[in-house]
Parts: sequence; C-alpha cells; structure tokens
Amino acid sequence: MRAVRYSVLGVLGAFFLLPLVAMLDFSTRGAPGGGRDFTAWTSIADDRALLDAIAVSLQLSVLTSVLMLVLLLPTMVWVQLRLPKLKRLVEFLCLLPLVIPAVVLVVGIASLYSWVSYFLGNSALTLTFVYVVLVLPYAYRALESGLQAMDLRTLSEAARSLGAGWGTVMLRVVLPGVRAAVLSAALLTVALVLGEFTLASLLNFPTLQVAINLTGKRDAALSIAVSLAALLLAFGLLLVLSQLVGRRRTARVAEPLAPSGGKA
Amino acid sequence: MLPALGAVPFLAYVGVFLLYPTLVVVGGAFVDDDGALTLQNVRAVVGSPYLEAFVRSLQLSAITAVVGAVLGALLAWAVATGDPDGLLRRVVTSASGVLAQFGGVTLAFAFLATVGFEGLVTVALREQGIDLFAGGAWIFELPGLVLVYTYFQIPLMVIVFLPALDGLKPQWREAARSLGGSAWTYWRRVAGPVLAPAFFGSMLLLFANAFSAYATAAALVSQGAPIVPLQIRNLQTSEVLLGQQNLARALGLGMVLVVAVVMALYALLQRRTTRWLR
Repeated sequence: MRAVRYSVLGVLGAFFLLPLVAMLDFSTRGAPGGGRDFTAWTSIADDRALLDAIAVSLQLSVLTSVLMLVLLLPTMVWVQLRLPKLKRLVEFLCLLPLVIPAVVLVVGIASLYSWVSYFLGNSALTLTFVYVVLVLPYAYRALESGLQAMDLRTLSEAARSLGAGWGTVMLRVVLPGVRAAVLSAALLTVALVLGEFTLASLLNFPTLQVAINLTGKRDAALSIAVSLAALLLAFGLLLVLSQLVGRRRTARVAEPLAPSGGKA
Repeated sequence: MLPALGAVPFLAYVGVFLLYPTLVVVGGAFVDDDGALTLQNVRAVVGSPYLEAFVRSLQLSAITAVVGAVLGALLAWAVATGDPDGLLRRVVTSASGVLAQFGGVTLAFAFLATVGFEGLVTVALREQGIDLFAGGAWIFELPGLVLVYTYFQIPLMVIVFLPALDGLKPQWREAARSLGGSAWTYWRRVAGPVLAPAFFGSMLLLFANAFSAYATAAALVSQGAPIVPLQIRNLQTSEVLLGQQNLARALGLGMVLVVAVVMALYALLQRRTTRWLR
C-alpha cells in the first residue's frame, strides 16, 4: 500500500513539476553555450503594459468583491428573514452562471457592453459588472454556509427589539457573525478575477491575463517568466492562507470553482 | 416598507447582467438578421464544420474527465492517507487550487515551454534523435489540448474528491476487518459503493469544466478552431458579417444545453453522495 502511495505521489509529482521546471529553463535560456540569462525576469518590472494590466486586475478584484458583497449579503439576509418564499429563486439565479460558460456569456453580453461603455466610458473597470455575475455561484455558497451557521433570526430580532435599524443589524450583527464566510467569498472572488481571461479578452479590456497572452505573441521568454511568477505567487498566497486559517477553513477556500472556474 | 422591495436591487441586477444576456443567446439562436424567426442558425450548427467542433469538444471533455478523475482520485487518495495537517497535504491542496482555478493562459505557456517547438522535453528528445513533432504540430491540435487540460483536470479532481475521501469513517474499515474482510473486500464492498456517486459526480463536474473552458485553448491555439469555444471566438472577433452574430448565439445555446444536462446529472448524483458522506 505504501509503495503504491509513494509511486502515485512520485509519478504525478513529476508530471506536475516538469512544466514548471521547463518554464524556469525556458525563461532563463541565454545565448547557446552561454550561462543562464535572467533578462526576461528583470524586464518584467520594465514592462509598462504589464504593470498597468496588473493594476487594472487588482482594482477589478477589489471592486468586484465589494459590489458582490453589497449586492448579495443584504439580499440573502433579507430573503432569509422576510421573504423565505424567494429563497429558491435567489439560489437558482446565483447558481445559474454555472451552466452558462463564460464564452457564451460574452456572446450575450457584448451588445449590453456597448451601452455600458456609452454611459460609463470605455474603462476596463466596467468588467466589474459581469465579474459579479461570474462569482455569484461561489460567493453564494460561501455566504450561505456562513449564514446557516449562525442563528440569524434570533440575533436580528434581539437587535431589532433593542431598537436597532436594519442598517445596524447588517453592519454590527450579521457582518461580524459571518466574517469568515465573507472572507472566503472575497478570496474566491479575488482569485477568480485575477485569473479571468475569457470576458476580458473578448470584450477587449487589458487585464493581467490578457496582457500575459499578448506578451506571448512578441516575447516568449518574458511571457513564460510572467506566467511562472503569477503561478508561484498564487501558490504562495494560498499556502500562506492555508497555514493561517487552518485546515478546516482552507478546505472551504479551495472549494471547487468549477465549472468554467478560473480558466473561464 | 414592503418587504419585497428589499430583493429588487439584486433581482434587477441579475436581470440585466445575467438573464438578459441569456435571453439574447437563446432568442438570437432562432432569429435571422432582420429578427424574423428561423431555424437556419440551428441547422448550421448541426452541420459542418460546427458539428465536428462539438464532437471534438465532447471528446476532449470526456477523455480529460475520465483521465483526470482516475488520476486525480489516486492523488487524492495518496494525500488523504497521509497526515491531515501535514505539509504534503497543504502543498498539494494549495497547488491544486492554483492549477485548477487560476491557470488558464499561464498553463498554455507552461506547456509551450515543455513540449513546444523549443520546449525542454522537445529539445532533450531531439538530442536523442527523437522528433516529437514527426506526426505534425499536435501540441496545437486536439492531442495538445488533451495534455494541457489534463494538467488542470487532475487538480480539480483532487479538490472536489478529497472531501469525499475524508468522509470515509475509519470505523467502516475496522468493522469490515473484524468481520473477516480483506482490504480488497473493504474497497470492493464498502468504500467503493460509498464513494462511487461522489466519483462519478466529480467526473461530470470535470466534464463540464473542460467543456466550458476557453482561456487555455485560446492561448494555445491561435490558428484554426478545433473546439466550440474557439469557433465562438472566431465568430465573435471577425469583423462581423451580419448573421454570424446569431450563429454564435446558436453555438452558445448548444454549449449551454450540454452543460445543463451534465450539471443536472451532477445534481442527481450529489443527492446520492450526501446520503453517506459528510
């Protein structure tokens, strides 16, 4: 049994490490016969378009997280407390994006986006609107498990009977109670937004993934260096998080983004 | 205040940014450029070359779902039998999270660096006198997509299947042993049947995941469109000859139907899974 276990780990470990090693090799190849050449890595910091794209993606991930929370959390609380009949509908709508591949969503939303850019300008940040839709299933599940774990009705009635308005209930009772769920919903959102390519690319907005892809067309070594850096950074981030929040919660953080997921 | 008003912002938002685009796709599939009802788009989709693209998409999804599910389940088992708080488990789950969800474009480049024309493996084999591309530029065709997709399907399987393995109670194994069962009997008669719905459910999830995926294929294949998402890209980015728009919508509708059927089966299996696990 032990031998089987180690050979599974060995073979699959090699399969997963090989491309990463190859990326390191490819991005540091010097002139034939020469030593290693780290120009591709150092030029990441000089690539204006790439840095701009990183800034755009980071802003998008913050905006999407905030809009997602503002839109979804109060609605879910309100539906649970006052409109239980709507619960199935809200759940259905939140999970619906799972059956609509991002590439199909683009087809339907392209005409809508000409209106969006007409009113709000042709800014990459308008991607926020469709990214909120994209993260709905994962955010819904994360928040739902948080809301199920607290006694929402009793707590909110207690707060209300002590004179709190609904705003106070949301900010001072619900939010602290579901902090962990909010955090994991936000993390999933950030991961998904930073990895999103389909919508940004087909709607022609320069995000991180789009920039990486474009770089590949002119400088293979640079694009491979950036790709490896992005993968390693994401891995380091997840690893640190799993260390911080412990195993139980990471299982939730790492819950499936599938289908369409980060590769969307 | 009417309670129902509280749900209006959410419903309005979802109406505009989710339901409207969905209706555009569904409706557009059945109209022509002048908005008159027609079956022309749908008829085009079930003809060449779009039907071939669908077949290849289904093949790609099926192969990578099966391979990914089997290898991913093995990896998940190897991890689950170790220390639940150990470094190995944390490294594997974190790496799986990254590769399954964040990869996209970067994974395409990873494989170009490995088995592209100047990739590490390609060059190493060439020095041994082996030409990886003797049979053509397979890396940019279906076999290449299968290879790269497997690279993110296995990690996805680890993520979705690990909780099921964790749900196996040690008491079941002990009970089987104390009744005289061998390890084989335990897997064959206890763990296997308990895990089967979760395994096949995860496999369906993998199928839907591969079928909907776009980024990796788009970054890898810049010429030609072997699979449906790339056919949609072609229609979407070509300076639109009118009518192409509705053809793209018909293709989109086809994709949605496939994914919806798969996800419905997944939901059915999921209900069986929860009977025993978690």
